[in-house]
Amino acid sequence: MSCEGHLAERSIVEAINDCLHVELERDSSVMVLGEDVGRSGGVFRATAGLRDRFGPDRCFDTPLAEAGILGTAVGLCMAGWRPVCEMQYDAFSYPCLDQLITHVGRYRWRTGGKMEFPIVVRMPYGGGVRAPELHDDSPETYYVHTPGVKVAIPSTPADAKGILAAAIRDPDPVVVLEPKLHYRTSKGDVPDGEHVVPLGKARLAREGEDLTLVAYGSMVAVCEAAADALDDVSVDVLDIRSLKPLDEEALLVSAAKTGRVVIVQEAPRTCGFAAELAAILAEKAILDLRGPVLRVTGYDVPYPYWQIEDAYMPSAKRVIAAARRLLDF
Amino acid sequence: MAKVEQKGTLSKSDLREFFREMLLIRRFEEKVEERFRAGELPGFLHVAIGQEAVAVGVCRALEEGDIIASTHRAHGHTLAKGTTPNELMAELYGKMEGCSHGYGGSMHLYDIERGNMGANAVVGGGLPAITGAALSFKLRGEPRVGVAFFGDGATNIGTFHESLNLAQLWQVPAVFVCENNHWAESTPSWQHMPIEDISQRAVAYGMKAVKVDGQDVEAVYKAARRALEHARGGKGPVFLAVNTFRLVGHYIGDPQVYRSKEELEETRATQDPIEHLRTKLEMSADEVEEIDSEVKEIVEGAVEFAKNGTDPKPEDALKNIYA
Ligand SMILES: Cc1ncc(C[n+]2csc(CCOP(=O)(O)OP(=O)(O)O)c2C)c(N)n1
Ligand SMILES: [Mg+2]
Repeated sequence: MSCEGHLAERSIVEAINDCLHVELERDSSVMVLGEDVGRSGGVFRATAGLRDRFGPDRCFDTPLAEAGILGTAVGLCMAGWRPVCEMQYDAFSYPCLDQLITHVGRYRWRTGGKMEFPIVVRMPYGGGVRAPELHDDSPETYYVHTPGVKVAIPSTPADAKGILAAAIRDPDPVVVLEPKLHYRTSKGDVPDGEHVVPLGKARLAREGEDLTLVAYGSMVAVCEAAADALDDVSVDVLDIRSLKPLDEEALLVSAAKTGRVVIVQEAPRTCGFAAELAAILAEKAILDLRGPVLRVTGYDVPYPYWQIEDAYMPSAKRVIAAARRLLDF
Repeated sequence: MAKVEQKGTLSKSDLREFFREMLLIRRFEEKVEERFRAGELPGFLHVAIGQEAVAVGVCRALEEGDIIASTHRAHGHTLAKGTTPNELMAELYGKMEGCSHGYGGSMHLYDIERGNMGANAVVGGGLPAITGAALSFKLRGEPRVGVAFFGDGATNIGTFHESLNLAQLWQVPAVFVCENNHWAESTPSWQHMPIEDISQRAVAYGMKAVKVDGQDVEAVYKAARRALEHARGGKGPVFLAVNTFRLVGHYIGDPQVYRSKEELEETRATQDPIEHLRTKLEMSADEVEEIDSEVKEIVEGAVEFAKNGTDPKPEDALKNIYA
């Protein structure tokens, strides 16, 4: 990164807030809408200060109507705006899935490429915060599976800012999932002013030789903890951060180097994004692999209540066990 | 639940019983707040302090066999529908003895045996199911009614509109209880609805709509009674527009930066349904004290019960996904 004077320590949620301030300032067609985003600045305060600074036309509270939020964003897009929609929690995005699947992802294609669709949907996702069911989901698969929609999940404050900026500037719809578990606890240097991290580029969070741990969002920290604990093993930790478009190259290069890949995903197991990554490795890296591609995932159950959520969440311990199995293969 | 009145009027002792129940709900929720602050309960707790008369007035008017669907603000409805304080508190503590076996917590309270089809973390989640259950009561000729509770904010989501239309179209025995507390989290109702009279939303679907003062438990009870009779008698669904007040934050710990201190103080001073009923019944300090210590003891007992409950095992999370 550039010279120190241009960096400031920020949490993930502060980095997101900073990004929105910068992007609304930079481009007068960017607007923010969602439940409680205006007057109160959002339940996690991601949109704090925007309404005061840019006015109630650029950052406004909507009624409780997720399908309406995303549906009207479609029309706002058609009329030249760049709407950034906030869904209050992961699971409250489900009422807007219909709009996403039936309209948002299809307009460019339907109109023969004549229509731009620079919509951003951002939401806190994931568990570990002692919340009840429907406040801890990892719904990325639904979005990744929707043609025409891009999906990104940052894990660091700098990426939270840079990826959201890229999403806002992107000509296509982008869903950005933000790891709410680390909203405030993960702090790091974030460039001031404009900062863009292009979609479609993975981040090598740690470099090693023997084993690759692949993750995104809040699972990156779990992989790093596992890598720390595996002190006799040299580990690549690959932060995918852009699920679609995907940096296949980075995945294949790491797999070719280490020959051993463990993929970690918080979402339920079946048809999760880890399965997609494993399939790519099976198709394109089979001769590089020294053992099976292993997955460490959530379970095929609704996210459980706080008493037992730690057993649900992939832990460093489970990642280490998978790593050992693979190293001993 | 014991039927309170026989001839359509409420005796003083019926109302004292309502008072007791409202106070139990209040003390229960205050205890929940205290235990949350002590670090014993996880967050995401919505209490209904100020809205007790709605839960008690409506649920007391129900007949055996009637069912309800609740909201994210569910403790009052759940207690009023007959779930014991012990089972509810155990649920909040995530114990197997809880009404949802420790799986659900505050926003997922179920008590199927007692006709509670559940709280709902997803706003607007209960309305379609209640409409469907009521359709079943009609198809089978059962003299039962389905009751959906929901807030003013919920009247903006699609499921509300689809449910009201279907219920009226199919003339099902349902009562839609809209607890209009004038806020959806930090968003005041004037900012989320372009109309002042929320009952117009039901009128638009041709549904019978009734306005009620939600801080007056007797009024709520009587209106609910009539609405239930109407629905049970095959005359179609009813919308109860209940005017009520949230005397606390949206969730426990909500700093309410969006709400003026003066408005909050004034509302708290003038809109407490328990205080209203106490005045109406001309209850002496001693009388109140007696009931208060009784319900406080029940609540203390519930905390004790909950703390001594059984923690679920991780593998329990894998159960009950399929038959
Ligand atoms: C579909 C959905 N969107 C958003 C939320 C987050 N949320 C929880 S309660 C609430 C406000 C609900 O207002 P209202 O229906 O008036 O009920 P009240 O909280 O006032 O009791 C919101 C936005 C949710 N639970 N479900
Ligand atoms: Mg409300």
